[in-house]
Amino acid sequence: MRVERAAWAFVAPALLVIGIFFFLPVLAALLVSLTDFDLYALADIRNLRFIGLTNYWRLLQAPAFWQALANTAYFVAAGVPLSLFASLAAALLVNSKLARFSAVFRTAFFAPVVTTLVAVAVVWRYLLHTRYGLLNYALGQIGVRPIDWLGDAHWAMPAIILFAVWKNFGYNMIIFLAALQSVPADLYEAARLDGANGWQEFRHITLPSLAPTLLLVSILTMAGYFQLFAEPYVMTQGGPMQSTVSVLYFMYEEGFKWWNLGSASAVAFLLFLLILALTALQLRLSRGAEAA
Amino acid sequence: MTRRWLSPRLVSLACALCAAGCHSAAGPDHVVTVWAMGREGEVIERLLPQFRKLHPEIHVKVQQQPWTAAHEKLLTAVAGDATPDVCQLGNTWIPEFAALEALEPLGPNAAQSTIVHRDDYFPGIWDTNLIGGTLYGVPWYVDTRLLFYRRDLLARAGFAAPPKTWEEWSRMLAGIKALVGPERYSVLLPLNEFEPLLVLAIQQPEPLLRQDDLFGNFRGAGFRRALTFFVEMFQRGWAPPVSDTQISNVWNELGRGYYSFYISGPWNIGEFKRRLPPGLQPTWMTASMPGPDGPGASLAGGSSLVIFRRSRHKADAWRLLEYLSSPDVQRQFYELTGDLPPRRASWRDPRLAENPYARAFLEQLERVKPTPKVPEWERIVTQMRLVAERVVDGKLSVDQAAQELDQTVDAILEKRRWLADRGAAP
Repeated sequence: MRVERAAWAFVAPALLVIGIFFFLPVLAALLVSLTDFDLYALADIRNLRFIGLTNYWRLLQAPAFWQALANTAYFVAAGVPLSLFASLAAALLVNSKLARFSAVFRTAFFAPVVTTLVAVAVVWRYLLHTRYGLLNYALGQIGVRPIDWLGDAHWAMPAIILFAVWKNFGYNMIIFLAALQSVPADLYEAARLDGANGWQEFRHITLPSLAPTLLLVSILTMAGYFQLFAEPYVMTQGGPMQSTVSVLYFMYEEGFKWWNLGSASAVAFLLFLLILALTALQLRLSRGAEAA
Repeated sequence: MTRRWLSPRLVSLACALCAAGCHSAAGPDHVVTVWAMGREGEVIERLLPQFRKLHPEIHVKVQQQPWTAAHEKLLTAVAGDATPDVCQLGNTWIPEFAALEALEPLGPNAAQSTIVHRDDYFPGIWDTNLIGGTLYGVPWYVDTRLLFYRRDLLARAGFAAPPKTWEEWSRMLAGIKALVGPERYSVLLPLNEFEPLLVLAIQQPEPLLRQDDLFGNFRGAGFRRALTFFVEMFQRGWAPPVSDTQISNVWNELGRGYYSFYISGPWNIGEFKRRLPPGLQPTWMTASMPGPDGPGASLAGGSSLVIFRRSRHKADAWRLLEYLSSPDVQRQFYELTGDLPPRRASWRDPRLAENPYARAFLEQLERVKPTPKVPEWERIVTQMRLVAERVVDGKLSVDQAAQELDQTVDAILEKRRWLADRGAAP
């Protein structure tokens, strides 16, 4: 009994903080999402109406919301595998016995993660510049005509993906690296004695050992990538032609540009439900794979 | 925001603490905080030395805001009780901030002022600052849209002067199209801008919203006439169906004769002067907008100076506002920014009066009209652009578009109608 009370006493401060700064706002946002909180309500709270699920219903009928969802899905579908691939490849390279200066590379690959997004976005805008950018210069060397990366509706999202992957892959790389280093070396020795080549080692030892990590990293990355906001906010402001409006950017505009806080809160909950559903699906699929 | 709603006391306490903190940091009692955006924010400091000499007791603190974030920052400032004393406000934003009851009515000040003379201002511009008859801002500079055109191509097509009516304009557009062939066009109406269509729409006698701005009026004859003409320009091959991001350089393309008419604003005078080669300089000119039957109206855009209701230094703020409105300072301001002054006295400056490109603007400014003054206007006009884009694309007819637009706009204005029913006129 006393132990239990002590446990509560220890947990209480943290719970209190989480309650006040997380659960309470979430609950408030849920309530707000059922109202038409807008500019007029900001002027006078009596102009607020409780409108049930109307916000959700309207959003599901709004082409702009679906466009934002499609853009985000594009970003996640292309960005998450690319990010996983890049971070795994980087981790393998850094972990390789053949690699020299692996500490230097590890630091270099991790550096983008700890840089300020706004600052590196400025640098990337130079890299992506149509006429003076390094990227178009390099493409020009192999005969590709200059691409208007951030001004062309077809290329703006690929540019954002490239930037986001570059910015984030180092983080996953560190997780993979830790996982790689915990794979027992005798497994590899045994495989080599059996005459396995490099690819077979990777396919039958490295990958299965990494499976739990891979699942964790893919869930974290997916949840993170669904919340795309800062990159388009800094680089394109949602343009050109709404092609880089993500769900979160849409929510931001809805909430802080048009001040439709009711509708913006509804967007947040829809996104939450979506991420929850996809994460559940991912877990289920991986469990199925394990069982098989 | 949600917390403000749940616990207003907590937040107002926090704000009071912040306000107290800010003030103690500011020092003397006569501190006027000014927010200015973009280029104006960069140069306003250079207008102030004279003011400081005239009013050494007033301490002016300028804070620059980027245009891209200005609107959000202002709304957040209103919500958080952190508004500046004086602010540059795009005049289409005034209805919104007036609805929030964030702005100080300036009517009495203006009536007594020896500097701000209402009659000296272009009437359409002054009008944008009146919401329900109350004055909430004083125009600082004006922005309107009119024609930039190629004199030489127009002459080669057989026309000596720019158009006065839509009919004349149509003949010129057809003539130029015949001259330049299928690869080139007569006019550029970028599909990602709402202004060209809005200019045509605002020239109509019918208003764009009806019944005290509670319903859309896009099904009315006026808007349908404007949209029909707008779409016709694409259907006849006079205008390329592109947005201006697809045209890498609008100035060079006018120079190359890719199009001969372009509806744009005063900032492009400087751009064309700078970007076109000397040989092409004599070929371009500005002209006021042609109308359905005679010289047409255009948009009354621009920025005003406002004082926030929460300001504790309204008298000092008004003094600054008067200073920035005086013709001498406005001329200096024009010199620094190229922003056109909103009052006739400032236009008497030879640099403006003798600028051939500015002359059309002076003419146009006598004929500018404000857009409907509802906080929802920006959203409405965005919808208008999106629908027009689909008509140009052939996905909707003009009548279908008008119907759909009215439906959308009526939905956007639903809250306004509810408020009007409750008698709480917004």
